[in-house]
Amino acid sequence: MKSKKWPEDWQDVNIGCIVSNPGSAREYHTGGWRAQRPICDNEKCIKCGVCYIFCPEGCIIERKDGFFEANLDYCKGCGICAHECWPFAIKMVEEG
Amino acid sequence: MGERKGMEIALAAAEAAALCRPDVVAAYPITPNTHVPEHLANIVSEGKLDAEYICVESEHSALSACMGASGAGARVFTATSSQGLLYMAEIMSIASSMRLPVVMALGNRALSGPLNIWNDHSDIMSQRDTGWISLFASHGQEVIDMIIQAFRIAEDADVLLPINVNLDGFQLTHVVEVMDFPSQSEVDAFLPAYKPFASLHPDHPCSMGTLGLPEIYSEATKAREVAIVNSRKTILKVWAEWEKAFGRRYEPVESYKMEGAQEAIMTMGSMGETAEIAIDALREKGIPVGLLKLKLWRPFPYEDVRKAAKGLKSLLVLDRAVSFGGPGGPVASEVRSSLYGETDRPAITNYIFGLGGRDVAVEDFIKMFEKMRSGDKKRSKDQYEFYGVRGE
Repeated sequence: MKSKKWPEDWQDVNIGCIVSNPGSAREYHTGGWRAQRPICDNEKCIKCGVCYIFCPEGCIIERKDGFFEANLDYCKGCGICAHECWPFAIKMVEEG
Repeated sequence: MGERKGMEIALAAAEAAALCRPDVVAAYPITPNTHVPEHLANIVSEGKLDAEYICVESEHSALSACMGASGAGARVFTATSSQGLLYMAEIMSIASSMRLPVVMALGNRALSGPLNIWNDHSDIMSQRDTGWISLFASHGQEVIDMIIQAFRIAEDADVLLPINVNLDGFQLTHVVEVMDFPSQSEVDAFLPAYKPFASLHPDHPCSMGTLGLPEIYSEATKAREVAIVNSRKTILKVWAEWEKAFGRRYEPVESYKMEGAQEAIMTMGSMGETAEIAIDALREKGIPVGLLKLKLWRPFPYEDVRKAAKGLKSLLVLDRAVSFGGPGGPVASEVRSSLYGETDRPAITNYIFGLGGRDVAVEDFIKMFEKMRSGDKKRSKDQYEFYGVRGE
């Protein structure tokens, strides 16, 4: 949320609210919505990538070492990765 | 030069739309407006109009397809009625919010239930607050004229809003009238090509119809309200240009025999034509009564209503729809709001009638006028009343 700028006044709103700078959704960090975060136990992780496939935000990336990691700037904490992780490597823990 | 010929008004509406050279037509047939998309389909299939005719599976898709095409920079046209309009309801507000100049011919028909295919204004009234400009035609010539005007108004850089042209189902859609059709070159001269404010194109990427968080929704809504209020200027400008080009005058509130009138009847839509005959009969009896015909429903012409009502003792406002549990008829409600702040204002009587295709004859206008004048004490506190409904 740090760099997000709203139009100051109603006169500044683009006609039809069009967004003309591509990829600007990246500036809005949906991670701020999260109540729980996914924690992965890499001892149990078999690098199958199911979490990566099921993440509805597409915010899970495969690291160079083959393990997977959620980008917490965008992870909303929905828990789908933990639900789908069949070796039970991912747990959701409360934020804060 | 144009041509004068007799034609069913729904077909004339399609002809008028075709004269505007839409790039895309998407509509789903529904009584009483079926002949509009049907005739347009014929015009396209005969090669007389170079347009993409999308045979959609529903009205929801019809409006969605129109919006997608409009977003890509196309001139678009659709047509519907009643339940079809309700099926578009989810998309109606989005079209105006995205500022896409979709033009719609709306053959007004009662909403179900009970299931009814005939005329009243309950369909458009249900979509009143969706941010569309609404024009009301009272006869075939106005249908042709307003459809052509609608493209000019909607696509104007100062407007960019969707617009519906209301024509009463059956009373207008299925009636054959003699009308003047402008020529293609006259329409081309009046209606320049649409210049979109933005369009979906890979060379100029943009997003349309995005999420509006609480931080922006109120500002976006205010911008939209200001846009429709300001569209009035363009509507008046386009109507003035129309008069210059075609000799037919359009006003938000049209007057008929208002000279020296102390009392008046106000109508919207085709009933105004029947009411004119009633006014003639009343004037012959020496009663100083006139007729006000509302042509512009949104943005509502508050100042024109105030001007027209000035000096009147009483005003009979007729509505073809009811706001259940609310202030009676929607037109009367707006007229009352317009005049609330005036010190010199007429007494307003509101009758709701002509629902679901109930016929309205010349005598009915005279009876309603006399009923208003008799000042039925029993009902004097009523905001409104149903006229012509059986049972006391």
